[in-house]
Amino acid sequence: MFDLLKRYWKVLNSPSVHFSLAFLTLGGFVAGVIFWGGFNTALEATNTEKFCISCHEMRDNVFAELKSTIHYSNRSGVRATCPDCHVPHEWTDKIARKMQASKEVWGKIFGTIRTRDKFVEKRLELAQHEWARLKANNSLECRNCHSAESMDITRQSPRAVEAHEKFLFTGEKTCIDCHKGIAHHLPDMSGVPEWQ
Amino acid sequence: MKMTPKWLMALAIIAIAGAAYAAEPITTLRSTAPDQESPAPRISNFEDTDQKRPRNYPEQPPTIPHDIEGYQIDKNANKCLSCHARSRTGESGAPMVSITHFMDRDGQFLAAVSPRRYFCTQCHVSQRQVEPLVGNSFVDIDALLPNNSTRIAE
Ligand code: HEC
Ligand code: HEC
Ligand code: HEC
Ligand code: HEC
Repeated sequence: MFDLLKRYWKVLNSPSVHFSLAFLTLGGFVAGVIFWGGFNTALEATNTEKFCISCHEMRDNVFAELKSTIHYSNRSGVRATCPDCHVPHEWTDKIARKMQASKEVWGKIFGTIRTRDKFVEKRLELAQHEWARLKANNSLECRNCHSAESMDITRQSPRAVEAHEKFLFTGEKTCIDCHKGIAHHLPDMSGVPEWQ
Repeated sequence: MKMTPKWLMALAIIAIAGAAYAAEPITTLRSTAPDQESPAPRISNFEDTDQKRPRNYPEQPPTIPHDIEGYQIDKNANKCLSCHARSRTGESGAPMVSITHFMDRDGQFLAAVSPRRYFCTQCHVSQRQVEPLVGNSFVDIDALLPNNSTRIAE
């Protein structure tokens, strides 16, 4: 057994005599493509709502609440899924979010929000992470679907027009400043500025 | 069983009630029997004009002149107060909740909206453009008392 390993090691360790440089370069390239593609495919597979709600923590709390909102069913029949709002579309941002998401797997293993009570208790903290993220990227995920440029304010309600003209178009505020709780129930807001 | 006057009386009542029932169906707002599923009525949109409506009598809680679809009002959050609270009115431009809402039941003023006034939609409702299901013969006090002092003032 040990001998066998030693023999293989020798083959791997010695400079290549049997394969041409061209083959090695090409082979490396193909392997790279396969690896890259596989990585991307894995990334895409985890980018679906089905994946998100495969965990009961996500399905029983936030998904159940999403179902009664305009982002799940509306007159135009266009809907937003979890990754539309939660996973950035930019590739580098995506990787960053995935690194964050490994924390969720950690959380799953240690059951940080395994029960409804635990979830309710931790909810404000989780929501605050999301608000901070959307605040920092100027509500990028919202704007992937809703662009301020394409908003026809003559078709909006008077209150929406007033708020959007005064604060959105001037860049003073971003979507998430005013539209918290658009997709899920809000946590206890008593400590949150602008809320009672 | 003996036909006592009491029994005859009971039978007569049942007969009359039965006849009345057969003659005139009970008026009901249901379109089908209670044990059957009726077709859901169409949902119409909230009136969303932002135009204040006049009150029908001075004590009437004003109706909401805008959409409140999906607004959360529970122990966690009160979406209405995120615009109508005293500290929020500067930015939102919304009217402040009435000062009477800061009073507790002993007439003491609190720093914020009293818990007994917290659930806004107990008294304030938004409106939809629909045919009323039952008629209403309400008469405005100004119509009832044409010499009302406000009329004289006008
Ligand atoms: C392995 C089960 C599991 C899956 C799959 C999962 N989640 Fe989670 N998620 C969790 C747990 C557990 C937490 C709590 C983590 C903690 O305690 O910080 C969490 C937290 C979150 C948070 C709050 C993050 C924060 O920064 O505090 C968001 C947003 C979220 N999940 C969205 C998603 C989305 C979107 C998907 C699908 C792409 C998804 N989750 C898939 C288990 C899961
Ligand atoms: C996948 C695309 C998508 C994303 C992402 C998205 N939305 Fe929407 N949003 C929609 C659609 C579709 C509607 C419903 C349009 C209709 O039929 O009126 C909607 C409706 C709304 C409404 C109107 C609610 C009402 O009652 O009329 C608000 C407010 C809103 N979105 C805010 C947001 C915010 C804030 C975000 C970011 C956190 C966001 N949206 C992200 C697609 C999206
Ligand atoms: C200054 C606060 C504010 C900001 C910032 C803001 N909104 Fe709004 N928005 C409102 C208010 C107030 C309404 C009307 C009341 C409601 O729907 O709750 C509204 C209504 C809407 C509506 C429904 C339109 C209608 O006719 O009622 C959509 C869609 C919407 N906002 C999307 C967005 C998006 C997307 C952004 C970010 C690009 C954004 N809003 C930023 C305050 C804001
Ligand atoms: C329209 C955009 C939108 C969609 C779609 C959406 N979310 Fe969220 N989500 C948010 C926002 C915004 C927050 C921040 C808290 C808030 O404002 O309610 C949030 C917060 C969360 C949180 C933190 C806990 C909390 O409730 O605050 C989790 C977990 C979460 N979302 C998971 C999901 C999952 C899983 C799905 C799909 C079933 C989903 N979200 C769909 C916008 C969205």
